Amino acid sequence: MRVPRYWRNLPFIYRLSGWRCVECGAFHPVKPIVCSRCRSSEFQEAELPKTGRLIAYTVLKSPPKGYEEQAPYIVGLVELDDGTRLISQIVDVSEDELKEDMRVEAVFRRLRSNDERDVIEYGYKFRPVID
Amino acid sequence: MVRVDDVAIHGYGGYIPVYRIRAVEIAKVWGTDERELPVEEKTVAGPDEDAATMSVEAARYALRRAGINPKQIGAIHVGSESKPYAVKPTGTIVAEAIGAGPKVSASDLEFACKAGTEALQFVAGLVSSGRIEYGLAIGADTAQGRPGDALEYTAASGAAAFVVGRMDERAVAAMEAWTSYVTDTPDFWRRAHERYPSHTARFTGQPAYFRHIIGAVKQLLDEDGYSLDDVDYVVFHQPNVKFPLAAAKALKIPLEKLKTGLVSGFLGNTYAACSLLGLVRVLDHAKPGERILLASYGSGAGSDAYIFRVLDGIEEKRDKAPRLDALIERKRYVSYATYARFRGKINMG
Repeated sequence: MRVPRYWRNLPFIYRLSGWRCVECGAFHPVKPIVCSRCRSSEFQEAELPKTGRLIAYTVLKSPPKGYEEQAPYIVGLVELDDGTRLISQIVDVSEDELKEDMRVEAVFRRLRSNDERDVIEYGYKFRPVID
Repeated sequence: MVRVDDVAIHGYGGYIPVYRIRAVEIAKVWGTDERELPVEEKTVAGPDEDAATMSVEAARYALRRAGINPKQIGAIHVGSESKPYAVKPTGTIVAEAIGAGPKVSASDLEFACKAGTEALQFVAGLVSSGRIEYGLAIGADTAQGRPGDALEYTAASGAAAFVVGRMDERAVAAMEAWTSYVTDTPDFWRRAHERYPSHTARFTGQPAYFRHIIGAVKQLLDEDGYSLDDVDYVVFHQPNVKFPLAAAKALKIPLEKLKTGLVSGFLGNTYAACSLLGLVRVLDHAKPGERILLASYGSGAGSDAYIFRVLDGIEEKRDKAPRLDALIERKRYVSYATYARFRGKINMG
């Protein structure tokens, strides 16, 4: 990923912070010029909840470039507490421990490994909630 | 004498990765006598974890307990000897991840295993002088020992974070006094571009660890008029289990006072996070009014000694984030092969 694009996305991929349309409530990870749902151009900064439930998952055994060190790994569909759905890697758990509706929380991790000369890419993943 | 009685910890957080390796598993590979192992097991960072990610996890817990807006944080200092970058501050990554800044000072500090308590001094100084409202001090490491070296049994991963601010009724622990005891003692070092540190084996004991820990504790007690009877809990840097016990014996401290904060037997030596994770565990258990003596140790060498007094705010804040014991109990054992893979010890050619 090119550095400027990674950098532009930092608030969202680091802490799920983005922009909510004042008119229709749609959430946008990066501030758009107009809302893709209602065409309004008024937005407020908003953070998504950091907890939710696991709806579905799959296990990646043939990962894309940069993810080889982590394979096999779990990728899940997470529904956050406000209903927003995200695709995310699910960590600190093995496949046989996963349960439907399992409570999960956002954590901060390295997303992928790349060349030693490149920037390290960090972002959110989800793990089972620690009480 | 450095009296900082207007400064207090408002939130604290400890983080350790889920993975553990048993010392006997490492001993099997190198043929070490199992009766000579310095710890039972140690934490192992996952393949996607480093000092920055663990700092963020600990900082998020500390902020939850402090109950403040991250924008109120005026300084973030991260102490570590395993910075993800040689050049690019970890503090900036932490600031962005917790939603602090851009009005914030951020820097990385280095002093082997005492870099975390250095961070605490820096932040407390900024708060005490009125330059900032709150500051965040972090100690974090993914420590590495050369395969087969004695350090491999203990070099572990973890992070501890503290939100420091002016004393008020919501604070968790007053920072009553601190001191530092530092000399040029080359017991352990890692030169530029070297992957693993070198050390001087037995020389790391008496002239290094013991001289500085005992020196710092005596200096603190002498300067500030405390006696060991004023202290309910003691936390020393713990590169293994034996050293802190021997330091306590030398200072005639009952072992009972050491027990709660002695975590190296099941976490290993988490370097810059090490004594601070002991402090986190003590804060998880201590009652208002009790005093904690902490002495870190960093090779090279030096010790920072602190006196904390637990305040009423602890009762309300303690369970706003998971206690360290919840993270200690959450564990998944890995084989030496998996550990070698996770920590980049396999040469991929």
